[in-house]
Amino acid sequence: MLLLAGPCFIFVAKPTEQHLGQYYTVPPSHFHTVFPHGLPPRYQQQVKTFNEGCVMVRQPALELISHLKRADYSKPTLRYLLYGVKGSGKTMSLCHTVHYCSTQGWLVLHIPDAHLWVKNCKELLPSSYHASRFDQPIQASNWLRNFRTTNEHFLSKIKLRQRYVWTKRESTEEGRPLGELVDMGVSRVKSSSDVVGAVLKELRLQAGGTEGGFRLAVAVDGVNGLWGRTTLKKEDKSPVAPEELTLVHNLRKMINNDWCGGAVIATLSQTGSLYAPSSAYLPQELLGEEGFDSMDPFVPVPVSLYSEKEFESCYLYYLDRHWLQHPHSQTEEGKKELIFLSNRNPSVLERLCAFL
Amino acid sequence: MQMQRLLLSTYFLFSPERRTANMAASGGRTVGSFLWKCGNCCFNFNTVSSNLTRQVLSRQLCVSAVLHRKNLAAAGPEKFSEEFIKKQVEEFNIGKRHLANMMGEDPETFTQGDINRSIAYLFPSGLFDKKAKPLMKHPDEDTFTKALAVEKHQDRLRGKDLFTQDAKQISLVGSRWLLKEELEELLVETISEHDYARFIQLMERLLSLPYCSVEEDFVQRYRRQLEIQSSKQQVQPLQYDQHGVAYSTGDGRRKTATGTVLLRDSGSGSISINGTNYVHYFPVLQDREQLMFPLHFMGVLGRFDMQCSVSGGGHSSQAGALRLAISRAMLSFLSEGQVETMRQAGLLTPDPRIKERKKPGQEGARRKFTWKKR
Repeated sequence: MLLLAGPCFIFVAKPTEQHLGQYYTVPPSHFHTVFPHGLPPRYQQQVKTFNEGCVMVRQPALELISHLKRADYSKPTLRYLLYGVKGSGKTMSLCHTVHYCSTQGWLVLHIPDAHLWVKNCKELLPSSYHASRFDQPIQASNWLRNFRTTNEHFLSKIKLRQRYVWTKRESTEEGRPLGELVDMGVSRVKSSSDVVGAVLKELRLQAGGTEGGFRLAVAVDGVNGLWGRTTLKKEDKSPVAPEELTLVHNLRKMINNDWCGGAVIATLSQTGSLYAPSSAYLPQELLGEEGFDSMDPFVPVPVSLYSEKEFESCYLYYLDRHWLQHPHSQTEEGKKELIFLSNRNPSVLERLCAFL
Repeated sequence: MQMQRLLLSTYFLFSPERRTANMAASGGRTVGSFLWKCGNCCFNFNTVSSNLTRQVLSRQLCVSAVLHRKNLAAAGPEKFSEEFIKKQVEEFNIGKRHLANMMGEDPETFTQGDINRSIAYLFPSGLFDKKAKPLMKHPDEDTFTKALAVEKHQDRLRGKDLFTQDAKQISLVGSRWLLKEELEELLVETISEHDYARFIQLMERLLSLPYCSVEEDFVQRYRRQLEIQSSKQQVQPLQYDQHGVAYSTGDGRRKTATGTVLLRDSGSGSISINGTNYVHYFPVLQDREQLMFPLHFMGVLGRFDMQCSVSGGGHSSQAGALRLAISRAMLSFLSEGQVETMRQAGLLTPDPRIKERKKPGQEGARRKFTWKKR
């Protein structure tokens, strides 16, 4: 492991506290497996432009990783909540942690944005399993596909402990590998939401077990979407509450800390949230009463804007990648202007540098 | 000169009709030169008796006039020198002899009265104004007297060393003409707009003439001094709070938005607007650039901390109001020269543009209703 002073970027597999403010590269092979759906869209574009994925090592991610290292996995799961102002790097910290978990060999359950499940749904089927609930076939099958890409190697190892009956003719027997269940969910779109529920239940039961023995990381982005309101409507134009959606219902069960052998890492997101004012960023404001009560107790991890050192590092990274083309941006004055205009907000800085 | 020749030739052409309006414009001057010219070309004419018909004359004359017209157009304007005057006198005399020949009289005893009568006979004019009728006079009498008098005067001045070409100009910088209202006040009578415009025109004409500095007092009576703009800025002194940190306030307005700013020295460049961060209050880059402009212009980007409050208007006008407020608050931290540069950059000028009133019969302030042909 190289140790270089000052804000420059190095390629490390396991960044530690000494590398605060420095960049580390995610190997390209990991990108497709670990992050099929998790990264912020602008960051994905940046990865495509620069032909590499560099993530800055920042304090919140390191804090999370240290917690995960020291946690006791025989006790009920700990829940970590990343919160901060818009654009301060919560999703990126989450992805950093997810990457760490996957390198450590955990099973990662990454829900890219819970808000996607509570809005803009074209098809809403009444659930076959439970009369009053609604299914979302498209979202569920998409997620299952990505889940399969992420956790290929686990799918054959984990065996089902229960028999699941889908229709009169189809059922999945006990002892079959999980992969089969997932494949079935992907192919049979109609029952995919129930498949998701089944998968979550199985993983929950088996996570802390001594046999098999894998750790489960549930990473949810935009967790405040699970307890708000939805924009979906039933056929008689009455609004749908989040509990009436199968996916949300099962996910909530996952987030409850009644299982052990893993961790729940969540971020709050105002960007995709419905009916929340744009200035809200604290957990209480975004989660609402109900959400806060169910998430309580949790470990809050605040994500702040770039510090001076981090800003310096980001600026040098852009300079090195020749992203800042304008000659004035390479001077001291230009740097001061960038600091002023972005106020060291990571996403604002990124958008600003995009046309320089 | 050539204009007169041209017009006389046209008169000859139309002579059977005896009535043309063309002659009025030329104001007949010397005919002598014209006749001499055509006499030169068609010299046969001299020997032939004066009883030639006008048709023959016209045929000969129009050719020569055309040719000569082209030549004269190429040459420049003629100057009033001694040779020129002598030439003109010669031409007049020859012309007088030709005229006498034409009329069948003795060239030696041809008086001015005879000349006038013969011209009136040859060029009958239906015009009423005596000065507009064709005439033939000795050059010394009319044409060059004024110009010669001016030159004599200038020579006299040169002799006395009073003729200086480099005339002093009245300095008009920093002053303006009297307004119509002020002029009315001065003259204690009402003036129409045309009169006022004519007055300004005449004063400008006066200024354009040489030696206008002689009448400087007269001209200055009708001019007012402009005030120097930068001295109008009221720079408030710096105030110090309990920790000894200097601070100052400023307020600005733009198009129904008002903003106040509290600038604190030795800060880190943090800005809060109405309690929230400026990145969240102004998500648009343009508004943040407006806030940045005064600080960046003076090069004090990271020095001040700002607490702003703004209300009214939209986001652009709020940003403009805050920019003016920041510039005004910064004045107390800057020196005189920097204040002047800020003023010239336009940072201290309040933007006077407001929403234009909607007029009746139109859809908006300028937009008219859709025009339908029928």
